[in-house]
Amino acid sequence: MRRDIFQAIADPTRRAIITLIALHAMTPNAIADNFNTTRQSVSKHLRILTECELVKQEHKGREIYYSLEIDKMKEIDKWIEQFRKIWETRFNQLDTLLSTIKKQKK
Amino acid sequence: MINEDKSHKTGNNLLFDFTVDKAAKTVYITREFGADLSLVWDAFTKAELLDQWVAPKPWTSKTKYMDFKVGGKRFYAMVSPEGQERWGIQEYTSITPKTNFKMYNAFADKDENPELPGSEWDHTFSEQNGTTKVSIIIYNESLERLERILDGFTQGMKMSLVNLENLLEAFSQK
Repeated sequence: MRRDIFQAIADPTRRAIITLIALHAMTPNAIADNFNTTRQSVSKHLRILTECELVKQEHKGREIYYSLEIDKMKEIDKWIEQFRKIWETRFNQLDTLLSTIKKQKK
Repeated sequence: MINEDKSHKTGNNLLFDFTVDKAAKTVYITREFGADLSLVWDAFTKAELLDQWVAPKPWTSKTKYMDFKVGGKRFYAMVSPEGQERWGIQEYTSITPKTNFKMYNAFADKDENPELPGSEWDHTFSEQNGTTKVSIIIYNESLERLERILDGFTQGMKMSLVNLENLLEAFSQK
């Protein structure tokens, strides 16, 4: 199942995991050490993040390291930029309307 | 990483600030307008004016009815260039004339049935030396909902991101 990126960041634990592994790749045990939650719960969050393609796994010997997919995070910023553009367009239209009304009043 | 902060001046040297706090699922928008407070207030609270600017072109806004009072509603559609209607309903929850109004906004079907959850909007107006500042806070119960707003406007036009940006730029230069 392809999950979407906003589902990934909708949960506070997942956001905290993202912040942690943004610094460097970490094993699930090392990640779990930072939370007052079960190892199973952290694994579940990591699975969701992996399904959203926000994190990637790397096998080093017997350990699995999780790291952040930077490009995927940029998608979120791109999305916000589009949202901002919509408001910019809206407000520019309002500027035009306001100056038209002001001219009519004169 | 959680916050995106973009603040700049428009061509008319008016402030435009757009911040998304994804953790709080809240969007903060501040914009100045070169007009007096009563005119800007009307542009946000009168259907005939609102319909002239609130839809990002080439979309248009169509207000079926608007009853601007506490407990009153605005039922409206954003209409795509192909004529596709996306209905929405807003209920006014608090009004302090020419100062502040709050509303609850939700998508709806054409028969006015809201699709919950929606979003809470808080507008604050103030004027200084003929410039009116409007601050909008939008709280969304779900970020997916925010994404749907955008999907509607972008995918609905079947355009790539680049095309959209070019288009918006062209419109803003009008």
